[in-house]
Order: sequence, then C-alpha cells, then structure tokens
Amino acid sequence: MATIPAVSIANIARVAGALRQRAKLLQGAPLLAVFILTVLVVAAIFADLLAPHHPEIPVKGAKILAPPFWMEGGSASTPLGTDYQGRDVLSRIIFGTRVSLIVGITGTLVAGSIGAILGITAGYLGKWFDQVIMRVTDAWMAMPALIFAIFLAAMLGPSMWNIVIALGVVYWTNYARLIRGEVLSLREREFVKLAEVAGASKLRIMVRHILPNVMSTIMVLASLTVGVVIIAEAALSFLGLGVPPPQPAWGLMLAEARATLIVGKWWLTVFPGLCIVLVVLASQLFGDWLRVRMDPQLRNR
Amino acid sequence: MRQFIVRRAVYSVITLFLLSITIFVAIRVTGGDPAQVMAGPGARAEDVARLRDEWGLDRSWPAQYFSFMSNVFTGELGKSFNYGIPVRKLYFDRLPNSLQLALAASIVSILVGIPAGIISAVKVNSWWDQIGKIVALLGLAIPSFWLGLLLMLLFSVWLGWLPTSGKGDLRHIIMPALALGWFFAASLLRLTRSSMLEVMGSEYIKLTRLKGMPEHIVIVKHAFRNALIPVLTLLGLNLMFMVNVAVVIEVIFAWPGIGSLLYGAILQRDFPLVQGVVIMAGLMIVGVNLIVDILYAYVDPRIRLTR
Repeated sequence: MATIPAVSIANIARVAGALRQRAKLLQGAPLLAVFILTVLVVAAIFADLLAPHHPEIPVKGAKILAPPFWMEGGSASTPLGTDYQGRDVLSRIIFGTRVSLIVGITGTLVAGSIGAILGITAGYLGKWFDQVIMRVTDAWMAMPALIFAIFLAAMLGPSMWNIVIALGVVYWTNYARLIRGEVLSLREREFVKLAEVAGASKLRIMVRHILPNVMSTIMVLASLTVGVVIIAEAALSFLGLGVPPPQPAWGLMLAEARATLIVGKWWLTVFPGLCIVLVVLASQLFGDWLRVRMDPQLRNR
Repeated sequence: MRQFIVRRAVYSVITLFLLSITIFVAIRVTGGDPAQVMAGPGARAEDVARLRDEWGLDRSWPAQYFSFMSNVFTGELGKSFNYGIPVRKLYFDRLPNSLQLALAASIVSILVGIPAGIISAVKVNSWWDQIGKIVALLGLAIPSFWLGLLLMLLFSVWLGWLPTSGKGDLRHIIMPALALGWFFAASLLRLTRSSMLEVMGSEYIKLTRLKGMPEHIVIVKHAFRNALIPVLTLLGLNLMFMVNVAVVIEVIFAWPGIGSLLYGAILQRDFPLVQGVVIMAGLMIVGVNLIVDILYAYVDPRIRLTR
C-alpha cells in the first residue's frame, strides 16, 4: 500500500476546507429546489444539444398527435408525443425553458431595478419626492397586476421583450414599498450620518452606503417574484399576448393544446403545465430558504 | 373620525387621478399614432379618422386628457368599436356573471382554506400542518388556468360528468369555481393559520382554558371568532380580485364574465372597451380599499389616531 506524503494530506485538507467554506453558502438549501433549478438552467443553455428534434419543424416520419412512448402508438424518437403539427413535445418543452427563464429573470430584474431606484430615492430624499413616489406606487398597486399586464402587453404587441417590459413595469410596486420602509430607518443610522458629514454626495450615499444594505431584501423579493412573473408570462402567452407562434413557450403550448384537450390528447396539456409548476415551486422553496438565511434574527435560532 | 374619512377619500381620489394618467399616457407612448394603434393594423382609414376625431387626438395632451376624463365621468366610458354601444352597458351586462363566479369561487376557498387553516394552527407541526404547508405552496405554484385545464380533462373528457364550457345550470360553474378558488384557498389557509396561532397564544385563551372550558369550545367560540377579522377582510378583497383576475379561467370555460369581455376586446383590438374594463378594475379596488380602511378605523380607534 502506497503511503500518502504528509504535504499532500495538508493540501487535501486545505482544499476540502475551502470547498466546505464554499458549500456553506448553500448550507441547508432545499436540495430539491436547487436540483430542479440546475436542471432547468442546463436545459435552457444547452437546448440545442439536448433537444432531440427541431422545436418549430414537424418531425419527419412522426405521426401527428402521437402519444408518449409508453402508450400504444407512441414512439421512442418522440418520447413525450407530438403536437397537432407533428412537432416533438419534448423538444418544444426544452426550448420553452429558455423563454420562461429569460422572461422570469429579466422581468424580475426590470421590476427590481425600478422598485429599488424608486424605493431608495423616496426613502432617502424624503419630503415631497417621497410623497409623489408613494402615491404613484399606491396608484399602480390599485390595478390588479394581471389586468394591467394584459393591458400593457396588448398595447405593446406580442413579443418576448415586450412581455418583459410589461411585467417589469407592473411588478415593481412591492419592491418600492418595502425598500422605502427600510431606507427610512437606514438613513438615521450612524454610518449614513458620518458619510454625510464627510461630504459624500447624495447619489454616492444612496449607491455606496444604502444600496448594499437593502440588497438582501431585494434578493429575497426577487426570488419570490420570479415565480409570479413566470406564471404571468404563461398566462399572457396562453391568451396570445406573449411569445408569438411558432416559437416554443409553455403558455403558448397550453393554448395550442386546448383544441385537442377535448378529444383526450392529455400529454399536450399535462407536460408543459407540469414544467411551470416545477419551476415556480423550486423558486418559491429557494426564496423561502433565502429569506430565512438573509434574516439574521431567523438564522441564529 | 370624519377627518380620517376625508383624508382617506382624498388619497383615493389622488390614486384614481394618477391611475387615469397612467392609462392615458400608456396608450399614447406605447405605439406611434394612437388612433392607428387603437384601430389596429390594417384598419380602414375612416375608422382611424373617426377615432382621431372622437378622442380629439389632434389637440394638445391636456385637452385630450380633459375629454378623456369627461368621457369617464359621464359614465359612458366611451363607445365600443366592435359593438357600437357604450362600454358601460357592455360592462354592466357582464358584471353579474363575474360576481356569480367570484361568489362560487369564494365558497370553494372558504370550504377549503378556513378548516384547513384552523386544523393547521391547532395541531401545529403535526403532519396535518405539513399537509397544510404543502397545499399553501402548491396554491402559489399551480397556475389556476392549468388547474382548470386539468379539471376539464378529468371531469369532462375522461369521466364525462361536467360540461366543458358555457353558462347554464349549476354544473357549469363547478370547474371554473374550483380553478379560480384554488389560489385563494391557499392564501386563506395561510392567513387563517397565522391569525389563529396569534390568538391561540394570547392571554385570554389561556384564561378560558384555565376556567376549564372544553377544548373545542375554546377553539371555535373564543379563538376562531377573534381570528376572524383579518380573514373576513381578505375574503372581501378576494371577491373583488376574483371579479377582475378571472380572465384566463373565463376564457377556458367560455364563462361570459368581464374577463372574457376583456379578452374578446383585446383580440378585436377594441381599445375603448379594453380601457373601460381596466379603469373599472382600478375604480373597484380603490373603492373597496377605502371601505376597508374606514371600517378598520371604525372598529379600532388606534388606527384613526395614528395616521
């Protein structure tokens, strides 16, 4: 048996320690959620390699409305069946991951940025600026979010980036309200007062001193917004206001499946919907974990 | 109290004013020529001209806003392109159907959410509570319109028990009510649970227990009653939301409510109608919020003094 030199044992210990340190970041994270999110991100990035067929072109030689492979008449080349044009459902689902994740993430970024900028400026500058911004926030909250998004999407016309704009412009209100509340107490804290005395500009204080302190709130809200935005995107695409055909999006797939649902072609409805549920569930679980982790009071218990 | 009501009412008016500006501006900045946008691509030239004239689009923005608002205030909400009759009439023809569906969905959410919330709170951390937590999580994660499609698959296609769509007898309302009520049941469950937990930990519940009351009387008569106020508020607000956010459910089940009216209006690019429905939604919610605020202040004097 070969002996391991002492030096390399020390090395292994150091590497293991570093790894453990890294892993600590995700300590206690819901494994299921992390697993689902990883699978989806991989599917979105490598869709071209993973999908067995082209998502927008009917599979050559495949039947139209073929069932999944385990049922009679199913084929292994189209494992989740084909749709009314003979396109592969699995490939469309894999490519659909892109739309859901891109809209979910960028829509959340737009909403978070608008909300954070307005919340921080309202909270820090105060006075009439605060009044105006908070009244606008109230007005936008008075609109049922989905109706407002439908209205904006209808005005902008169907495209993926228009959906991002419509949803981002609708879902910022929670950020503004919560962040403003936090900034109101932050601006009385000593480090802000000191920065003011030291002559830092208002912009600098907001960006360098206040923003880092509300970052955890932003991230928790963001993890919860992603799911809401993804469902809203699916609803808009379902109504024909989202991603235009023949591009593959889960909501659009559900809309196209409606006509054949009545005659029992269940796989066209069940699989895309299941994907929506999985991604939203995973982001919710992850968000819950993040909230507990970011809140020092909850963490130390 | 009067001062409080006046202040709240002024806030509500400001909110509505900003809302109207938002809608007004959104229509004018999202497209090129608003008349062209509203009439849609490939519209007849006389339609575009009629719109420009009707909405006064060649005048300045303040003048346009004024005519837009006078349209709202006279209660006509403009004239629908597609039906050629005032939007208000279309809206109020459909409103009872939407209210019916919202009421049925509320009943579903009450029957599921409140008992489950009470059980979760009474048996905290038991496996009942775990089931409750899973239901609450799935309520957020399962899109209500997908649930509607699944119900249709199960009850109409496979079992053949319920009609797929339309409005008729009681059997028509079951599936849309279940699909719409599902999300709200989950939110009601969460609120009932947390509100019950808060009350159960309070001093007077300990006292009633010390007095030797049987546990079920403590829970039902003393705890639940006090936990009810926030729950009732949520129910009222939910009812209002259900009327307005049921678009996709109504489309799936061909329910002739406001949601399907809005959807049809979008497909036909009937913009006065779209705008009218959106304005009414905002009006309704601002109104209900105002009423809730006033009722709360009436019940709890601390609220009207602190604000």
